[in-house]
Amino acid sequence: MTASIQAVDLRKTYGDEVKALDGMSITVEAGTVFGLLGPNGAGKSTTVRILSTLSRPDSGTAEVAGIDVLADPRAVRRAIGVVGQRHGFDPEATGRENLTLQGEFYELTGHELARRVGESLDRLGLAGAGDRAAKTYSGGMQRRLDVAMGLIHRPRVLFLDEPTTGLDPEARADMWQEIRRLRDEQRMTILLTTHYLEEADSLASQVAIVDHGRVVVEGQPDQLKSELEGDTIEVELERGGAGSALAALEGIPGVDAATSSAGGLRARTRDGARAIPAVLNALEARGFAARSVTVAQPSLDEVYLRHVGRAFHGAGEAEGVAA
Amino acid sequence: MSATRQTWQVTLRGTRVLLRQPAFLGITLTQPIIWLLLFGALFKAVTDIPGFGGGSYIDFLTPGIVVMLAVSSAGWTGMGFIEDINGGVMDRMLVSPVWRGALNAGSVLYAVIQVLIQTALIVALSLALGANFVGGIGGIALLMLVAGLLAATFASFSNAIAVLARQRETLIGAVTFVLLPLTFLSSALMAKRLAPAWIQDVSRFNPVNWAVEAGRSAAMQHIDWGLVGGRLALLAGLALLAAGLATRAFARYQRSL
Repeated sequence: MTASIQAVDLRKTYGDEVKALDGMSITVEAGTVFGLLGPNGAGKSTTVRILSTLSRPDSGTAEVAGIDVLADPRAVRRAIGVVGQRHGFDPEATGRENLTLQGEFYELTGHELARRVGESLDRLGLAGAGDRAAKTYSGGMQRRLDVAMGLIHRPRVLFLDEPTTGLDPEARADMWQEIRRLRDEQRMTILLTTHYLEEADSLASQVAIVDHGRVVVEGQPDQLKSELEGDTIEVELERGGAGSALAALEGIPGVDAATSSAGGLRARTRDGARAIPAVLNALEARGFAARSVTVAQPSLDEVYLRHVGRAFHGAGEAEGVAA
Repeated sequence: MSATRQTWQVTLRGTRVLLRQPAFLGITLTQPIIWLLLFGALFKAVTDIPGFGGGSYIDFLTPGIVVMLAVSSAGWTGMGFIEDINGGVMDRMLVSPVWRGALNAGSVLYAVIQVLIQTALIVALSLALGANFVGGIGGIALLMLVAGLLAATFASFSNAIAVLARQRETLIGAVTFVLLPLTFLSSALMAKRLAPAWIQDVSRFNPVNWAVEAGRSAAMQHIDWGLVGGRLALLAGLALLAAGLATRAFARYQRSL
């Protein structure tokens, strides 16, 4: 296996204050999907911007498809496809016009370009909409057009920056299927950034959790989860109030890293079956009744919580957003 | 070769929008038409002022209005890039290997095409108002060339401002701030001889005045080839300089990301 993306010790500061990247290093094997996980402002998008030649780091080195990103950005641009967080198409132009212009930027012309544009529209289910202005497309169709534009020149390496943010579950499932197809059929190397832990869990063979501009932990999703010894207890409460119920779990031996969500609590424990009676007693003593209690294998959520030190959900809101 | 293709493809992106909404051309024409009609009527008598040189004011005014139109119409070109930056289109173009010069040149060419169509309409209106184009078809063609070069210059400047400032307000401010002073510091509306000496001095460095004098000499008077040739060379040089600046603005934009 050879590395298709290699970033070493990337650093970038905006102005005097905002450290977007603070020693970011990642290695992505050719032909794999690599998931970059983290809250807003963690440095995911800045990493993608630098690796895709849009932006430059203050220091550090990076290679993409074997080409030095800083020394030969033009050659890198020919080898990569980029689907940004924001839309990249011209809303006034049709899908076909957008794809054609994009192809011309990669020096594709004539029949070959027309054929590829037609194929892209067909494959992504846009054939019927190819001659309509892109602004009339549904959210899922617009995202598929973005992806089609990123693929028109058949890149070796694809950057997908939060490709499913804002999509409905069906459109998200379509996107996942397309990402797997690109990996399996085209042997494409894909760097995926995402907010969604289950997305990285499902698609990526290697995951890096990013916080404050550097990788906090990296590994295969299963490996990361198995490194967390013990279980997760999930308690669903009869009548809400999870926030105040959280205090009840404090001080129970062997139970830690408790978090609350809308209707319940989650906590880590060495041995789930043993901890349950203590947890239920503690809740009851404070007047809370449990509707259900589950012992679950750790998810990437727990991995995240353990390494970043706060819950993944809501972390994005708490963080300042550094573009 | 691919640079030319890419430039033309970027131009087509603009002209397709224009073909779908041709009314837009008319909207940008309202102001110059009002200027032509109102100024033409209001200042009809100024040609009688001793030293103006007589003749019809519509003849005098037409090249001035054409040049104002070129500046004001092309001045808005950068709005397209601001939309592209806000919509994510710019970043997608900049991670492709497209030649940066084509992004500017394509949009400039689209602005020039619009100005040429608008100039033709203004010339037609002037003819209807009784203007006498002494230079004939050749003179009108040179007037259009002058308008096109000036439009190219201001379209590039507009793009550069748009890519560097990335804000509509800045571009609107720049266009409105620049248009009237450049017009009044030229012989667009009033004979140069009748202007104060300091305006005459300043106008020698004013590209709007270069364009007015060249356009007027070519289309409305017996052409002074020396003057027209010299002014055309200056305008062409400035258009190239502006295009170079606008092309370099993309790298500056990327450094700020």
